Amino acid sequence: MITLTLKEPPSVPLEAEVLSPDVMAPLANDAIRALPVYLGKRQRRVDDFFTVEGAASDELEIRGDVGRVKWIGRGMTRGRITLVGNAGMHLGAYMKGGTIEVSGNASDWLGAEMSGGLIKIGGNAGGQVGAAYRGSLAGMTSGTIVIEGTAGLEVGMRMKRGIIAVGGLVRDFAGLQMKGGTIVMRSGAELRTGAWMVRGTIVSLTPIPLLPTFTYTSTYNPTFLRLYAKHLETLGFAIPFEDGDGAYLRFTGDAAVPGKGEILVWKAAHQS
Amino acid sequence: MLRITGGKVHDPANGLDGVVKDVCIAEGRIVPQIEGGRTIDASGLLVFPGGVDVHSHVAGAALNFARGLTPENYRRAISFLHTPEHRAGLGGITPTTFATGYLYAGMGWTTVNEAAVPLLSARHTHEELHDTPIVDKSCLVLMANNEIVLDLIEQGEVERARHVVAWLIWAAKAYGVKAVNPGGIVNWKFGRNANSLTEPVDGYTRTTPATIISTLAGIVDELRLPHPLHIHCNNLGIPGNASATLETMRILDGHRAHLAHLQFHAYGGDDWLTMRSEAATIAEYVNTHTNLTTDAGAVLFGDAVTITADGPWQHLLHELTGRKWGNLDVENETGCGIVPYVYKERNLVNAVQWAVGLELLLLVSDPWRIFLTTDHPNGACFWRYPEIIHLLMSADYRRECLAKLPPKALKRIVLADLDREYTLSEIAIITSAGPARALGLSQKGHLGAGADADVTLYQENPGGGVMFAYPRYVIKSGEVVVEEGEIRTVSEGREFIVQPSFDESIEDYLRPLFQKAYTMSFDNYPVAMERLARPDIQPCK
Repeated sequence: MITLTLKEPPSVPLEAEVLSPDVMAPLANDAIRALPVYLGKRQRRVDDFFTVEGAASDELEIRGDVGRVKWIGRGMTRGRITLVGNAGMHLGAYMKGGTIEVSGNASDWLGAEMSGGLIKIGGNAGGQVGAAYRGSLAGMTSGTIVIEGTAGLEVGMRMKRGIIAVGGLVRDFAGLQMKGGTIVMRSGAELRTGAWMVRGTIVSLTPIPLLPTFTYTSTYNPTFLRLYAKHLETLGFAIPFEDGDGAYLRFTGDAAVPGKGEILVWKAAHQS
Repeated sequence: MLRITGGKVHDPANGLDGVVKDVCIAEGRIVPQIEGGRTIDASGLLVFPGGVDVHSHVAGAALNFARGLTPENYRRAISFLHTPEHRAGLGGITPTTFATGYLYAGMGWTTVNEAAVPLLSARHTHEELHDTPIVDKSCLVLMANNEIVLDLIEQGEVERARHVVAWLIWAAKAYGVKAVNPGGIVNWKFGRNANSLTEPVDGYTRTTPATIISTLAGIVDELRLPHPLHIHCNNLGIPGNASATLETMRILDGHRAHLAHLQFHAYGGDDWLTMRSEAATIAEYVNTHTNLTTDAGAVLFGDAVTITADGPWQHLLHELTGRKWGNLDVENETGCGIVPYVYKERNLVNAVQWAVGLELLLLVSDPWRIFLTTDHPNGACFWRYPEIIHLLMSADYRRECLAKLPPKALKRIVLADLDREYTLSEIAIITSAGPARALGLSQKGHLGAGADADVTLYQENPGGGVMFAYPRYVIKSGEVVVEEGEIRTVSEGREFIVQPSFDESIEDYLRPLFQKAYTMSFDNYPVAMERLARPDIQPCK
């Protein structure tokens, strides 16, 4: 395992897409220390900010509060990054494979336009999780993002495939312009969930305010959700699916687009 | 001083077809002989005159709008980092200003004609052209939907219209006149298009697209502009538009004219399902009418951004594709629409479009009258020209590509039957000598004594067109700007403009119209000469 420890937080955001197993795994520590990072417009070296220890490996541990370090794990295809502390913006953007685990909070654009792999966040995440960058047609196209805490605005904006699961409250515009894939929200969301969604599924385990352009269709326990529940359970994120426990109210929309997406809201058996 | 020695010179304007000959350069021009100076050993290299692009969209308000509308394209684009030699910039489908110059020069093109400038944003265009380094530039001003001009045509005041056109050209510091969808953009402001050439334009009783075309072509001839009327015909992109294109060409009988991006105007059929190539009919007409020149406007599969003054077509395209749409109204003069687009190999319509561009290039028999363009960035980016050259030079490669098209498409096109393969000299004609002649730039497109020393050296490669992507040396005005495939020096190119004569008192006629109809004051309207960094006035003869 390669261990990078932050010496002190940078004064302005540091852009460090080299902090990725694809770049570092084949390199000796001296070569890793010399990799370029950008502090504003100035090019610096990795060892200007991090101490580098450990042996060559496709497992990477980053210690310290890297909340101002952007683009960690950008486009990674393999291996594992463990962040002990907070993570900066664009963590795991464009990633294709491998695992990123963060013990603290993550920032905006987490897993943006990712096409594979797993991201687990112990704390809260920012906005635009798994989203499409401005102007792009599609956000994440595969992979899984699990967030224990809360998430910000536009979670899963224009996502096409893949799963985002959020434990805490999600802010406005979850699933904005969603084209496919699944968002699971254990604690519900604030306003305008699923606005402009065309396809895809948003699951909420708590009642949420719905747009008037969503229509109630039925109450049931979808078969596919059992499979999803089993997959999420392996990642430590349980959702109910047994008939005896309750069922999901299915709403379809967004009729403003018009779209054929669905929002599933859990209703426990004991609720009236 | 510079001597290029040992290379095979392809200079079709001077009848040289692969002759090993020294090319001597002094003070930015080709000269018969020099003493001393640097020598470039060009053995094994091909010596071409620098490329000339007769129709491209590289600067101005519309292009800038497209840049802003498509941030996603820049994330995939190549980037030019700031160095002591050159400025930062991004490539991609609509490259930034500085990158545009680097990319053109890096490909061996040294002259670029920006084909559509509304006078109202001419000042902006010249600012961007100033920031487009290395290449020489010119621009054409949009006229066929200018309400002041149309009013004069309606009133039959052709004489006064001529003075207005001449004044507008000089006010825009332009090089020629462009007509885009004559009458169609006026109609667009009423929510319609102009599909028939003989139906009066909205708001007029006698003025039709046909009268606009013939009047403007006549005026451009009378003003003796070096470049003829540059026309984007009505009904661009619509199945069955070949009939309107033929009608336009008939109207142009007796006048010089350049038909822009002919590929987009050579379709048969009644709708998208029955669309087919009419390249053979169109090419036949062009072959027999020497008053016309044209450029291909070829399409390549992949990403593009469509940018045109043809607003109604852009709205249709947006409705067809569901992609984002930008629309600009340029008061009293023209409009503009922007829609990002992807040409797909498996799409029947796109497959036909791809074939039509190549068919025209192969069926128009005189290479001096059809030029290589993609209507950048509409059909493809200009930096993909080498791909088209490769297609033109190899019938086998074309057959490989044809095999990937949907089988249905093959019944709609004639490309499979065409065995013609371009020779190196013909490539030199369609990329340089021909467009230079059509633009009336006698100092461009050849390597005879007195010509501008714009020379491109390619590594000779029997593989065909591939070599055109990476010239070994590019020399612009006698300076070696690209060496071993890298940009070495960055100079500022010139801007070609014309000064047609007009009666100064025409301003007394225009001023009150401006006060009444424009949001801009008359005195702020013309582009002042000092806004151009290196103007070069070309004679009207």
